Amino acid sequence: MARVVVDVMLKPEILDPQGQAVQRALPRLGFEGVSDVRQGKRFELEVEGPVDGDALARIHELAETFLANTVIEDFTVRVQDADGNERPVEAGTDAASEGAVA
Amino acid sequence: MSPQSHSHTLDTVKHAEQTPEAELPWKELGLKEDEYARVREILGRRPTGAELAMYSVMWSEHCSYKSSKVHLRQFGEKAPTEGPGAEAMLVGIGEQAGVVDVGQGYAVTFKVESHNHPSYVEPYQGAATGIGGIVRDIIAMGARPVAAMDPLRFGAADHPDTKRVLPGVVAGIGGYGNCLGLPNIGGEVVFDPCYQGNPLVNALCVGVMKHEDIHLAKAAGTGNKVILYGARTGGDGIGGASILASETFEDTAGKPAKRPAVQVGDPFQEKLLIECTLEAFHADLVVGIQDLGAAGLSCATSELASNGSGGMQVELDTVPLRDSSLSPEEILMSESQERMCAVVEPEKVDRFLEICEKWEVTATVVGEVTDGDRLEIFWHGEKIVDVDPRTVAHEGPVYERPYARPDWQDALQADDPAKLPRPASGEELRAATLALVSSPNQAAKSWITDQYDRYVLGDTVLAQPEDSGMIRIDAETGLGVAVATDGNGRYAKLDPYEGARLALAESYRNVAATGARPLAVTDCLNFGSPEDPAAMWQFAEACRGLADACKELGTPVTGGNVSLYNQTGEAAIHPTPVVGVLGVIDDVTRRTPMAFRDEGLLIYLLGETKEEFGGSAWSQVAHGHLGGRPPQVDLERERLLAEILISASRDGMADAAHDVSDGGVVQALAESCLKGGKGARIVVPDGLDPFVFLFSESQGRALVAIPRSEEVRFTDMCAARGMPAARIGVVDGEALEIQGRFTLPLDELRREHEATLPGLFG
Repeated sequence: MARVVVDVMLKPEILDPQGQAVQRALPRLGFEGVSDVRQGKRFELEVEGPVDGDALARIHELAETFLANTVIEDFTVRVQDADGNERPVEAGTDAASEGAVA
Repeated sequence: MSPQSHSHTLDTVKHAEQTPEAELPWKELGLKEDEYARVREILGRRPTGAELAMYSVMWSEHCSYKSSKVHLRQFGEKAPTEGPGAEAMLVGIGEQAGVVDVGQGYAVTFKVESHNHPSYVEPYQGAATGIGGIVRDIIAMGARPVAAMDPLRFGAADHPDTKRVLPGVVAGIGGYGNCLGLPNIGGEVVFDPCYQGNPLVNALCVGVMKHEDIHLAKAAGTGNKVILYGARTGGDGIGGASILASETFEDTAGKPAKRPAVQVGDPFQEKLLIECTLEAFHADLVVGIQDLGAAGLSCATSELASNGSGGMQVELDTVPLRDSSLSPEEILMSESQERMCAVVEPEKVDRFLEICEKWEVTATVVGEVTDGDRLEIFWHGEKIVDVDPRTVAHEGPVYERPYARPDWQDALQADDPAKLPRPASGEELRAATLALVSSPNQAAKSWITDQYDRYVLGDTVLAQPEDSGMIRIDAETGLGVAVATDGNGRYAKLDPYEGARLALAESYRNVAATGARPLAVTDCLNFGSPEDPAAMWQFAEACRGLADACKELGTPVTGGNVSLYNQTGEAAIHPTPVVGVLGVIDDVTRRTPMAFRDEGLLIYLLGETKEEFGGSAWSQVAHGHLGGRPPQVDLERERLLAEILISASRDGMADAAHDVSDGGVVQALAESCLKGGKGARIVVPDGLDPFVFLFSESQGRALVAIPRSEEVRFTDMCAARGMPAARIGVVDGEALEIQGRFTLPLDELRREHEATLPGLFG
């Protein structure tokens, strides 16, 4: 069993009303010094079997078609090992590419 | 995509004069060679990058109406000059929305617009920002938005891409409109394979104000300040306007698609804009106001300046940004949502800014009105735009596009539906009825409209599935307005001239059926590519038809929108003129609903039934057929029918009324029975073929349910005015019974009628 983390964020040029609402609330609550907030989604996928190129390709596909709306969102895929350390997906495989450039 | 990315030095006016030969990406921004030459000729030099950005978006089809203008003129030239419609007109075509006098000191503004392409690319946000845009048009006139409606067209109901587009569009309309607190009171949903790659998402908004609150978009008075308020400007939708109206999102050379950066709306910001704008209006702080829609600041500054008396200076670097890396060209082209631009006298600026602060709306003085006639835009003190604003906003190219009746039109009209096999026996008629009422176009739309808030604000009198939506304006007197939208693309494909007249006739009839007096029209003309002579012919014919029909019925066009290039490759959509009619009712408690509510009511069919099946729902459902001639329109008859329906409502003669249109009498009967939960016993009139009686789509007809006590008075009125009225049955029992033919229990009818859309999309 391994855990793959998919982070989905609105593309930088897209308005993020939720993030803005959080940012506006901060000074009211006494938290100064935060100039911008953008809010995203994090998916933790428990994957059966080895997290190899094939598995990552499948995860990339499901992220691209289902978890993220790539018209307005980017996503990144990372693998977490048993100790909780994360590593970005190695370069060179399709699955390594970020949604933004897919 | 910004012009500036081609050179890193700021492209000032001076720089443009010094480097006359510099190449600019005019082609990539959608300008044609001769249009670019014209820009150079107007300026007497090459444009700067910022000027090019402005001209390219403002001269796009979407903003300049360059292909449609020559035909749209008819709406003004043929506008009725007398009658209630003409007398009620307070503000006509050319402003952000038309305004109509509805009596008691009230005025109503309403307009329908398209947001078709964005809704195909990103259904949720496209449809949501469509509502946002039309709402800002309404508040810019000084009116409070009170209702929205959405005429929608999708591809085949069972096509996989429709399952992507429709739920997103519906959720987007609901999400934005519900958050805004705006009731959605009607509209249409139509499925046809011709809309597969080009769904139509039109949005209509109605606003109410007192006569003295009407405001026009202009920048008069030297020294007055230009204030940009609302959301910060970001990198969304850049170049959208020019690319929105382009044929396709794919670049032919296989380069990255010219996909417009999608805009994301924020309805809570829009709600603040509404309150903030109306408070500023009521405090008399505003000289002119304009919303920022397509073409963003380029449009707002050039239109405000050219509608005013003088010129305008803008310090572009003062515009509040969401992304500090934006270039001046990008700021000018950005279509970030929820922004408005106001012109305010200097001594009122502080008060205006206070109101904005109270509503937590960012507001910035970005420029002022000057006594010259130039629009000058500066970037950190350097002049990057120096143009005559009229050349940007109003004097764009005008095309007399060639048009020709397509060579397939004759064959299409000759393909008469008379040859199609018809149901004859009672069993066959019963099966045909069930197939009709359960077909996606004729089935109940509640799965969609239940996702919209129809009753927020507490003034909704009638909402979908009634013939028209109705809103109460004044709680004391009961004054109200009714609005309906219609547009049958199948009819218009068979004959675009008649199709446009039919769209008006149906919408007019729908308003009258509820008891309201039709007054004025808004239209959204959805067509294929103007560069295709066949599509251009359809457009020209539809404009001519609608303008003629508006003149005949005395209902002027107050404004609207044109959406061209609804075409994928060679395949254009059916020509789809969507016509919205606004009517007035003096007391909404007198309205006529569509439901058969009480047993014993007598059912009358008004009008004449002829054998008319061209473009009919039956021919589509039973045979997938489209051919022949659309039903005939008799506008004198429509006017008479409307008078009868209005009188019946006002004098309390009719308990229910329902317009007969797509699907014919049997569809109308089924809807009125189901809405009231009461059955009907119907007798086929002598001399009429049962199939023709039930399924024909002859125009100028309506069903009316009359209490026995009113029967003589009602039939006397019809006879006196020459309106054919046939008693066809009585409200009774738990089934729709066509005597001697078939019986359909209401339970079964309801199951078939209501299960279709949930089955497809639920």
